[in-house]
Amino acid sequence: MTTTPEKTDVDLVSVTIDGIQVSVPKDTLVIRAAEQVGVQIPRFCDHPLLAPVGACRQCLVDVPDAGNGRGFPKPQASCTLPVAEGMVVNTQATSEVADKAQQGVMEFLLINHPLDCPVCDKGGECPLQNQAMSNGRAESRFSASGGVKRTYPKPINISAQVLLDRERCVLCARCTRFSEEIAGDPFIALIERGALQQVGIYEKEPLQSYFSGNTIQICPVGALTSAEYRFRSRPFDLVSSPSVGEHDACGSAIRVDHRRGKVMRRLAGNDPEVNEEWITDKDRFAFHYATQDDRITYPQVRDEDGSLRPASWPEAFAVAARGLRDAGPSAVLMGGRHTVEDAFAYSTFARVALGTNDIDFRARPHSAEEADFLASSVVLTGPGGGAVTYADLERAATVVLVGLEPEDEAGAIFLRLRKATKHGTRVVAVAPFRSRGLEKLGGHLIATLPGEEVAAIDGLLGHADHGVDASSVVLVGDRMASVPGALSAAAALAATSGARLAWVPRRAGDRGAVEAGCLPNLLPGGRPVADASARVDAAAAWGVDSLPDVAGRDGAAIVAALASGELGGVVIGGIDPDDTADPAATRAALAAARFVVAVELRETDVTRGADVVFPVAPVTDKAGTFVTWEGRTRPFEAVLSNPASLPDLRILAGIAEELAQLGHGSPLGFRTVPEARARMIEMGAWDGERPAAPTVSAVPAGSGEGLALATWKQMIDDGSMQDGDKHLAATARPTVARVSRAVLDAVGPTVTVTGDRGSVTLPAVVADDLADGVVWLPARSFGRGVLADVASPGSRVTVKGDPS
Amino acid sequence: MTLTQETHDELRAIAARYPEARSGLLPMLHLVQSVEGRVTPEGIEACAAILGITAAEVSGVATFYTMYKRKPVGDYHVGVCTNTLCAVMGGDLIFERLKGHLDVGNDETTERRPEDKASITLEHIECNAACDYAPVMMVNWEFMDNMTPQSATQLVDDLRSGAEVHSTRGPRLGTWREAERVLAGFPDGRADEGPSAGPASLAGREIARERGWTAPSSNGTAGETAGEVPEEPAQREQAVAESDDTVAEQAVVEDKSPSGETAADKDEAQ
Amino acid sequence: MSDSVTGSVKGTLTPVLTDNWGSERSWTLAAYEAQGGYGALRNALAMAPDDVISAVKDSGLRGRGGAGFPTGMKWSFIPQDNPKPKYLVVNADESEPGTCKDIPLMMATPHTLVEGVIISSYAIRANTAFIYIRGEVLHVIRRVQAAVAEAYAAGHLGKDIHGSGYDLDLVVHAGAGAYICGEETALLEGLEGRRGQPRLRPPFPAVAGLYASPTVINNVESIASVPSILEHGAEWFASMGTEKSKGYGIFSLSGHVTRPGQYEAPLGITLRELIDLAGGVREGHSLKFWTPGGSSTPLLTADHLDVPLDFEGVGAVGSMLGTRALQIFDETTCVVRAVLRWTEFYKHESCGKCTPCREGTWWLVQTLAALERGQGTEADLDLLLDQCDNILGRSFCALGDGATSPISSSIAHFREEYLAHLQHGGCPFDPAASTTFAAEGALA
Repeated sequence: MTTTPEKTDVDLVSVTIDGIQVSVPKDTLVIRAAEQVGVQIPRFCDHPLLAPVGACRQCLVDVPDAGNGRGFPKPQASCTLPVAEGMVVNTQATSEVADKAQQGVMEFLLINHPLDCPVCDKGGECPLQNQAMSNGRAESRFSASGGVKRTYPKPINISAQVLLDRERCVLCARCTRFSEEIAGDPFIALIERGALQQVGIYEKEPLQSYFSGNTIQICPVGALTSAEYRFRSRPFDLVSSPSVGEHDACGSAIRVDHRRGKVMRRLAGNDPEVNEEWITDKDRFAFHYATQDDRITYPQVRDEDGSLRPASWPEAFAVAARGLRDAGPSAVLMGGRHTVEDAFAYSTFARVALGTNDIDFRARPHSAEEADFLASSVVLTGPGGGAVTYADLERAATVVLVGLEPEDEAGAIFLRLRKATKHGTRVVAVAPFRSRGLEKLGGHLIATLPGEEVAAIDGLLGHADHGVDASSVVLVGDRMASVPGALSAAAALAATSGARLAWVPRRAGDRGAVEAGCLPNLLPGGRPVADASARVDAAAAWGVDSLPDVAGRDGAAIVAALASGELGGVVIGGIDPDDTADPAATRAALAAARFVVAVELRETDVTRGADVVFPVAPVTDKAGTFVTWEGRTRPFEAVLSNPASLPDLRILAGIAEELAQLGHGSPLGFRTVPEARARMIEMGAWDGERPAAPTVSAVPAGSGEGLALATWKQMIDDGSMQDGDKHLAATARPTVARVSRAVLDAVGPTVTVTGDRGSVTLPAVVADDLADGVVWLPARSFGRGVLADVASPGSRVTVKGDPS
Repeated sequence: MTLTQETHDELRAIAARYPEARSGLLPMLHLVQSVEGRVTPEGIEACAAILGITAAEVSGVATFYTMYKRKPVGDYHVGVCTNTLCAVMGGDLIFERLKGHLDVGNDETTERRPEDKASITLEHIECNAACDYAPVMMVNWEFMDNMTPQSATQLVDDLRSGAEVHSTRGPRLGTWREAERVLAGFPDGRADEGPSAGPASLAGREIARERGWTAPSSNGTAGETAGEVPEEPAQREQAVAESDDTVAEQAVVEDKSPSGETAADKDEAQ
Repeated sequence: MSDSVTGSVKGTLTPVLTDNWGSERSWTLAAYEAQGGYGALRNALAMAPDDVISAVKDSGLRGRGGAGFPTGMKWSFIPQDNPKPKYLVVNADESEPGTCKDIPLMMATPHTLVEGVIISSYAIRANTAFIYIRGEVLHVIRRVQAAVAEAYAAGHLGKDIHGSGYDLDLVVHAGAGAYICGEETALLEGLEGRRGQPRLRPPFPAVAGLYASPTVINNVESIASVPSILEHGAEWFASMGTEKSKGYGIFSLSGHVTRPGQYEAPLGITLRELIDLAGGVREGHSLKFWTPGGSSTPLLTADHLDVPLDFEGVGAVGSMLGTRALQIFDETTCVVRAVLRWTEFYKHESCGKCTPCREGTWWLVQTLAALERGQGTEADLDLLLDQCDNILGRSFCALGDGATSPISSSIAHFREEYLAHLQHGGCPFDPAASTTFAAEGALA
């Protein structure tokens, strides 16, 4: 298997553009062929990722020979005209006809366009402005002849985040076409007719889309703006830096525009292998979290009076080291949001500074089966080694989603699947109900009760209607860790059917943490803890004599051991206790721990209870690498320069060095991102035998009272990394419980769902094809979330109507 | 107003006439108008729900076509053709006269006076394909041919008073809502009312009858066919391609594509 | 160009489609069958579909909706190896200003159309056909609905038509007010329940039309002509008309003639002949300008009275035969007012998809309206012509092209009249003088 598209036998067609002969692949549009010879034909409606429409007519060119010796008598739209062998094209660069046609269209576009460039957000980066300068006339014959412009009342909100200024719109329909073709959210449409045509919404239905911000970015004028960025800066005052989205495991390229040390906005970058040119609204708008008032800016240590007080970095390092030394056996709990370099530091810190394999990045429900699955089937896989890629989704005959709701959990996958389904890829989902996302993929639902996924997976083999085979791809979400046997079944299905399997975690750092060995059973580079030679290999790379030879505790066991006193200290970074499998237990464990070192961006319950608190740099302030769900690395450099803002690895290096001074363990051997990268490269990948895939059996579905609880996080929810943009928050989907028709009829439109941890009362809606035995709740859209406030996923809950 | 179950059923029945349900949208919106007196939000939402499309998409359609009204329409929709030919032949003066007579502007509806039995919505309309009867008016999309300012005011007076009025080339006039129901594809049984054709439609036929002109008979011995010899076939190759445009576009489409169907292939409208 | 009309005496009428329009209850099946109706269908069903196509090809029938594309050839483009269903769609959206032939046909003899639909669908192997009728002609829609119902009841439609094994369903679809839907791809959009905006071509409808399936779209008169070809033979049809514009067609005279109406004659008849038949130009007046085929075809004048009204003849004088919608205007008509009104029409009907048509018509109306008020300068005429130059051939479909026709042709023929508005400080014409009730006074 190979992951690079096999570009064999591309038929080339030879055309002459402005006198220059060029060979381009068959079916290339003239507008793009012209780019090959360095000619930029002006355009508005054309977008390489949208189907051609030929609506704006700005890209007219003269075609004296269509390839058959005869020409078109009239100028042709180069955005809809495919090349033909021998075709001759003259653009505005060489043809007076083309130039006049373009000038004419530009003049028409401008007659109804306001002259508000000085106050328009797009001014300075506006295709209309730029092309009016390059391909338009200087004076307006329209206003000279007393023409009256079309006017509209000022901007209207087409969503809480996106505003439309109809006067500026040139009706290229990129936004409506994006919403329909790409996102599948046709909540904006062209309405009215003729010169009064405009983009509109239905008054009661705003543009509800997780991808709405892309419409702003592709708008070739200033018609669409975001409430968040409107009037905040001028493009020419901004510095643009490429980066990578930190909100999911997709690794989407983004562009961060900043001014005087402050991020002003984020845009989609162009990464054809990953996100193409689209990003989620979360990747675009959720960046204010790093500049909230509760951002920690200096180290703190707990004073004798019990309060936290500011400390110098050396003091904090020393206090942390002494505390950990004195606390007895200590462990590392780190979440799934770290760069791979920081994750490597946590992994190294546990092994060489604390001398333990008690480390886990999985700040969510997890299992030993999952750890084994990650070791057997995930770590070290990547595009270079034949792992599933975005492009493979387009090539697959069938893509099976197991415990993964891409629209909520992995936006770039969702959009790529939308594209794939247009080429005939079929999507099958093992899920509790037909989600809106699955509907937009035209997918087939295998309605599955939480906990019964194993049978559904087993049933895919040889199924008459939706069987999987070697032409299939199976994407399994990290939520399946909480279903015993599910990951084993997925691995077995892949092995038996030849289908290709990929694990799709939710967080940007999850996959990198696997590679970095932030697991009790894995050392960096996929080295199994249980393999002596792997341990020797890692020890040598780290320059230590030996490494602990028993598998460590996983997250849940660390929590239990802290509570019981078996473990005394913990270094914790990037964890919200309410995301963990048992929030109350996690909180209790932290309270019970003899010594807690917190490494955090902002003040949290964890930092408030910690003994030492280190401030840590947000992704804007440090270089790093995210590893996509595919296993693809996407490095980025620091966007902002902030010397006081240190990456986790520098803090861990400082503590380790102090510990070593105290005779406890060894230093990490690196203090900077480049040094960490060098050490990782030096250490390399394990080339020994892979552990076998787990073979855990399914646990018979628990019977008992009530309904089975299904849950996942909606893309826009109460997550702390979305803090600070009220417009984004307002685009969140309504917080509702999803029930079957029978349940709704029985209990009414408002339900109280009660589990072993508490209850929540929410409006209820009927979900398509949801089994009677299930209730679905959004995981983090109310209170402290499902795990803290209701119950663990898959467990039994009761649903009652509103007593009022 | 709430759409009844019966209306929902009829909307679904319209969608079911077509191989793909969305094709039913135009007649469905006609049905909404027949029930609601205009395209209401509820009607838009019902169409969207039945067809599985967004309300924005339905709005896009409802606002594109001029027969769909967002303001309530009166009992009678009175249209005056003011496209060039009818305007020149008197349509402009008729429209002006009616605006004054009814005291309404374009696309406005009369106030119901105590003595009125019906309200009227007045609108100037585009060419309604009855140019040989100019100036033409339409009442609920029924032809009112060869109008004058005087006959026009009489017409609207009769409509408001509740008098029975017949189309000059059609049936007794019903209400606008009844008309919209027929457009939705639910016949009202009035197809047999009215003449087969108006006098202008028969003008040529009558002359031919008078003069004994017919088309040639099938065996080539028609009464008045002339004995002229056809010209030699010439320039046959041009029969396919009307213009160079066609030829050039033909070059870039597949061989079996109908090369003539180009922008130059102006259909009815163009 | 050919200037001789063959097959009948020059200047005579040949009622075929219009022949039964005055019959008692002509719209009913009984009346139609009494005249031999549905005989052609039986002929056709006895033939192989390809032979039906050949017959229509041999007849030389060219599209009657304006463009004149050979009908049989259009049918032969339907890829019969395409596994998708084939569709026939009748364009009954008659909306071109001046055009008024299909509407009376469907009102008087809807069965002629229905029979044509069945034969044509059989030829292209379509099992579903649609008649898209503009919504603003209620009684016509009634008559067609009733005719379709009668045809089903008589076994002309439905399953296994007359034991042939051929099935056909026919759906009557009412439009909702959009001139652009006369453009065949916009019509398909309307028929698919969408905004009537033209589609990109290729793919052409013959390959990917309705529901992305092979589709033939024909004008009412084209389809209605098919039964006569099947009944009397291709040679019979080809014996009428001119060398390259064969057969008969309905010529619609309107405006300032004594007897406006429908005149069915072989293609190639002249306007002089037609006006003579119609009793001449309005008493006491003289011809000023006319449209050969609706407002989208460039205006002609009295200089063109002897132009053969066939595709070639009208094309040779810089206009188009179009839909044979002969709008006759006498000297009481202000050409600037006429052109402004047409331009307002195109602005109102522009679908909004492409820039030149959407914005161009917006501007043209303003420029023309100022000129009509006597404002502006002679340079504005050149500005108008330049705007037209920037629309013609630059817009997405032919609507934009059509919008420029009256303007550029009227400036070519009547430049002085535009200037007279500037000199006069407004329109020098009395609008009442051109009305049908002028004799009685404008307050009639």
